[in-house]
Amino acid sequence: MHRGKGMKFVGDSRVPAKEHRNIPKDYSAFPGRTEAFWPNFLLKEWLVGAVFLIGFLCLVAAAPSPLEQQADPNNAAYIPLPDWYFLFLYELLKYEFASADYIVIGTVGIPGLAFGALLLAPFLDTGPGRKPSKRPIATGMMLLGVMATIWLTYESVVAADWEAREEYSVENVVEVEVDEGHPGYEVYMDNCMSCHGDAMQGAPTLGPDLANLPYDEDQIKEIAVEGIEDMPAGIFDGSDEELDELANFIVENTSVEADGEAGDDAGNDEGSDEESDENSEEDSEDGSGEEQEDEESDE
Amino acid sequence: MLAKIYEWIDERLDITPIWRDIADHEVPEHVNPAHHFSAFVYCFGGLTFFVTVIQVLSGMFLTMYYVPDIENAWNSVQYLQSQVAHGQIVRGMHHWGASVVTVMIFLHTLRVFFQGAYKKPRELNWVVGVLLFFVILGLGFTGYLLPWDNKAFFATQVGLEIAESVPIIGPDIKTLLAGDPNIVGAQTLTRFFAIHVFFLPAALFGLMGAHFIMIRKQGITGPL
Repeated sequence: MHRGKGMKFVGDSRVPAKEHRNIPKDYSAFPGRTEAFWPNFLLKEWLVGAVFLIGFLCLVAAAPSPLEQQADPNNAAYIPLPDWYFLFLYELLKYEFASADYIVIGTVGIPGLAFGALLLAPFLDTGPGRKPSKRPIATGMMLLGVMATIWLTYESVVAADWEAREEYSVENVVEVEVDEGHPGYEVYMDNCMSCHGDAMQGAPTLGPDLANLPYDEDQIKEIAVEGIEDMPAGIFDGSDEELDELANFIVENTSVEADGEAGDDAGNDEGSDEESDENSEEDSEDGSGEEQEDEESDE
Repeated sequence: MLAKIYEWIDERLDITPIWRDIADHEVPEHVNPAHHFSAFVYCFGGLTFFVTVIQVLSGMFLTMYYVPDIENAWNSVQYLQSQVAHGQIVRGMHHWGASVVTVMIFLHTLRVFFQGAYKKPRELNWVVGVLLFFVILGLGFTGYLLPWDNKAFFATQVGLEIAESVPIIGPDIKTLLAGDPNIVGAQTLTRFFAIHVFFLPAALFGLMGAHFIMIRKQGITGPL
């Protein structure tokens, strides 16, 4: 670099005036087939990026990102499952020596040891050899760690009930438009909401949705008090008046006929009753089918 | 035209050395997949960076619609996914990118480890790299809560219980993350949002800068 006397600057600045700028360095003296990163190598490397991007976008297009139903902190039946890259830790915490009284071993001890060793690897493995065969302890520990992680992840994936989880997907939401001004709404919220959801959409594993119920008001009253199938008796807790309001609320909001015509009581009631009778026949068949399936799975 | 503009600026500000310092370095034969196909293992680090860039860009677009509030978070994600043009793709890129970046950084770590590339003089770069790994996992963990669906909520609850089980400082860590010793709610969501969008990315950029400066300073490790 030219220094000192005779140096020319641009105006009164400190920027040197140069004739030749922007000439790439020459790597021809380097060993092997070394080439310049800019622009030679970059002109090839972008191809790798492009191929990778295409593959990535194919994945994005083929598999829409999942979204489950809105978080419901009251749902005590939900089995939490983290994203796949934390499954190994989740599975580790299921082992006896890493849970309950020994939870510290599972959450801090083992992961802390593993990740601590990873972080400090250069200071633990200080020998001069770089080949894996020349540092068997480091290589062995790493292989052990990787295999344990893969194994734990695999175990966790196999143990999860993916079909049950699918029920929580946003695609399986049942939409019922609920008339919140109805006198039975509060009764519903007090007695039924915890299992059937705040909008009768149901909650997986707790209670089914109440859309298109095949029952009339009297049957609903009976079910609310005496229960049905998995639903135990005595869930409803209130006066007879409230029970009437509740049954009316459920019928008006869930029957197909009543949708949007909640005001017209007179002429339509008969029609909807007929509808629901037909449905009840179909559903009773369905119901018995389900029971059979249940029995089979029990065995 | 562009060349003349560049010349004009360069004459006054001498900008060439600034980017030449970054651009001018040699690529040795043993890391060049054009010469040895097996050298593709050297691509993992670059691809990790590539996906990180995708994550940053797609994340920036997601925040245009996302609302970090328990009433609206899920609805905003649902709206983005079902109503907004290309929202499905942008969220898809961010969602799957989170998985791909984890895979890539894992492969990159394995490559560096089994080649013994962390040995003197590159110890510090390895440490910074593992810290980057932690930051990426932290981004995955905090980003998971943001859609505020069942999966997010309950997985976060478990995560916070794990944090709580740490001896002595555990409950404080949980309160710091969740905003409350017991409740996973509105405070938790805003805190995770802030951590995911401001704190961890700041750490990520700082560490990535250090990672790249060290690579340029020391050069790539020689062949085994």
